[in-house]
Amino acid sequence: MRDVAVIGVGLSEWGELWKRSLREIFVDAASAAIADAGVDRIDSMYVGCMSGGLFVGQEHLASLLSDYLGVASIPACRVESACASGGVAFRQGYIEVASGMNDVVLVGGVEKMTDVGGDGATYALATAADQEYEVYHGVTFPGLYAMMANEHMSRFGTTREQLAHVAVKNHRHGAMNPKAQYPFEVTVEGVLKSVLVADPLRILDCSPITDGAAAAVLCPLDMAKKLSKKPIVRVVGSGHSTDSIALHDREDLTELAATKRAAEKAYKMAEVGPAEISFAEVHDCFTIAEICVIEALGLVERGKGGTAAESGLTALGGRIPVNTSGGLKSKGHPVGCTGIAQIVELTEQLRGESGKRQVKGAKRGLAQNMGGTGGSTTVHILEVE
Amino acid sequence: MFPSRYWREIPQRYRLEAAKCTGCGKVSFPPRSKCPKCGGVEFDEARLPEKGVVKTFTIIRVAPSQFVEQAPYAVGIVELEGGVKITAQIVDCPLEDIKIGQKVRIEFRRLQEDGCSGVICYGYKCVPAL
Amino acid sequence: MAGIVGYGAYVPRHRIKVEEIAKVWGTDAESYKRGLMLKEKSVPAPDQDTITMSVEAARNAVKRAGIDPVLIEAVYVGSESHPYAVKPSGTVVSEAVGTTRNIHCADFEFACKAGSEAMFICIGLVEGGAVRYGLAIGADTSQGAPGDALEYSAAAGAAAFIFGKEDGVARVLHTHTFMTDTPDFWRREYEYYPRHGGRFTGEQAYFRHITTAASQMMEKAKMKPQDFTYAVFHQPNGKFPMKVGEMLGFKREQMEAGWLSPTLGNTYSGSSPMGLTAILDVAKPGEKILMTSFGSGAGSDGFIFEVTKQIDKVRDVAPKTREQLDNKTYIEYGVYAKFRGKIRKAV
Ligand SMILES: [Zn+2]
Repeated sequence: MRDVAVIGVGLSEWGELWKRSLREIFVDAASAAIADAGVDRIDSMYVGCMSGGLFVGQEHLASLLSDYLGVASIPACRVESACASGGVAFRQGYIEVASGMNDVVLVGGVEKMTDVGGDGATYALATAADQEYEVYHGVTFPGLYAMMANEHMSRFGTTREQLAHVAVKNHRHGAMNPKAQYPFEVTVEGVLKSVLVADPLRILDCSPITDGAAAAVLCPLDMAKKLSKKPIVRVVGSGHSTDSIALHDREDLTELAATKRAAEKAYKMAEVGPAEISFAEVHDCFTIAEICVIEALGLVERGKGGTAAESGLTALGGRIPVNTSGGLKSKGHPVGCTGIAQIVELTEQLRGESGKRQVKGAKRGLAQNMGGTGGSTTVHILEVE
Repeated sequence: MFPSRYWREIPQRYRLEAAKCTGCGKVSFPPRSKCPKCGGVEFDEARLPEKGVVKTFTIIRVAPSQFVEQAPYAVGIVELEGGVKITAQIVDCPLEDIKIGQKVRIEFRRLQEDGCSGVICYGYKCVPAL
Repeated sequence: MAGIVGYGAYVPRHRIKVEEIAKVWGTDAESYKRGLMLKEKSVPAPDQDTITMSVEAARNAVKRAGIDPVLIEAVYVGSESHPYAVKPSGTVVSEAVGTTRNIHCADFEFACKAGSEAMFICIGLVEGGAVRYGLAIGADTSQGAPGDALEYSAAAGAAAFIFGKEDGVARVLHTHTFMTDTPDFWRREYEYYPRHGGRFTGEQAYFRHITTAASQMMEKAKMKPQDFTYAVFHQPNGKFPMKVGEMLGFKREQMEAGWLSPTLGNTYSGSSPMGLTAILDVAKPGEKILMTSFGSGAGSDGFIFEVTKQIDKVRDVAPKTREQLDNKTYIEYGVYAKFRGKIRKAV
């Protein structure tokens, strides 16, 4: 296997982009990544997208997008793994470059979510759960995470306020991110007074509905060293694991086993442990998710995730800053795009380009992206040379 | 919902038909062709018991399209006697009275309907045990 | 003759009081309560219908019968509120209960006596040897138009009986029926609420058919009202069944056990069958029961049962009818209107 570097990253505009279509925002992000990389060709492409079909009625995305990007002849493939689509697309691109099959691979993620109403979006997102044995009974994604929250609270004594602190921290980070969809700060009181979505989760515990695209260009490390004028960011660890799609089929409802396994593989490959990670971007689709994820990643002890945001441990300046971009919560969550957007944040932090939210001395970042209630997870570790 | 998709799951929706692995005894609901525990491929028919305990739950206030009329409603993960867990609505109980650890039993209810002219979808829900 | 080998009832949990309905329409609750001898009625939740209640009542009957449901070879669901206009309720009930697939199945409609029609036919099939066990169900989630007198009484509930060749918990001693064409109450195709002939539903419809069927049956059986421990009649309200019983020579004590309507309302096809389940919940071996249904249109089915020793073994195997009646949650008219589809959420 060859060493692989991320040589270019790009984001489209994020938010409720009423005037922009799925293909346009993807081309924006991909063009930005290609320009950032300074490459003159793309050999192959992977695009993560959860549900072009349900959100905009469009499938066969890889061909559409390679066409609109002006690279219509290349092999292109759309990757779907619910909200982990972006992370899985990244891993497929990584494997392709590492294997020697191709040199310059574009990995992207895109989701255009605002062309359906709220109930339509709730429906589309719920297709990531078991249609016949979860969704048939009326469960939603906030509902599934709310059930994890209730279990975590009842079992480990995690408090409603501690959940709110995750939102407060991530919004504080997001307020420093010019690309964030909701770059404002929130208070614990504000979270606790926001409207209930699925008890105990309120609207400010939930990531928003976002239109957005992200892209990264991968190439062999040797090539990157010749080509790039920026600090070289290398992929040092990659882990991917799956779990039962139905939450009720898990032995332990709050242990994200796929995240744990993917992290173990990534740590082993990178020959590091959780203590050697400088910062992390994790899948905080709901406040409770960040708590369960940091436990599964080994950043905190099992059952102790609740206190991390409140104590400042996971805030900028803390021992292990989590979601410096604002996370899915404040930056936005275009579902199939999120995994790539995390790579964008990691790369910019490692290159020292993150401005006000820069993690001082950022050497090694971790990105964790998950689909459904954790039925699929990728963990990637990136290091600056 | 197209009728064949609903119809196919009737044995599980109506009668909680499950499969018990002849090798290791694990009960799968819905039945599977390969045991998730031991990989066995032979099963005995089994019916899930109708009594259980609420492991966790939530109140759905923002519902997907076909459930909008029902909101707010409670959904829980219920561990049935014998250990199999299912996701089901908890009904006939004031929302504020639902508790983790609460004893419930299965009742036959309407789950959803495809508009006012489409097929009516039935199945199991949980109600407080008397 | 055949016997009831298992029986079961289902009462939905929600109730609305007469006062609550009267408050909305500006009527005098006390005069309704006095006139109808009815305090409250059961209301089905939005996820309950004739099929779901039939399944629950049938499952209770299977528990009491203690038989493998696969031995049930006929299922008939009597109702005037079948959820589908075309597609049987009985197929869902049969699959949910787990009967054989080689089963005779049909939905019946005869206003409020569709349930007793189902019983009648099961008894005939069992006695004729055509089926091993037959499952007869009477169930309804009937609606009264908003503000109509029926709105105070139209309720929901189900009763199920499994008939077999053996004596079971109660032997069938006699059956009888009486019918004329009398348009006292009807609902036309595509109409949501029924219409009725007001006071014409009384003397020429309800009272005439029940008294005729019951007295002809007692004559045939050479029995008198005093030979029965219990009598149960169709219960469109609290008042009519007591009055018709008195007209036939029954005493209040004979009718009280099966008199559910004051706190249940009129469960239409489920009405007298549910009354019978409440009687079986308390009856002793050797006691005799007279049941006479009434369905508008109009007709009455009569049955005479003799309770057996088996009753003491099965009574407690499933929830009793009055226990279910006592397990209740009151709702306000707004919630009732939502539950019954009288108002719909904008979607
Ligand atoms: Zn096994």
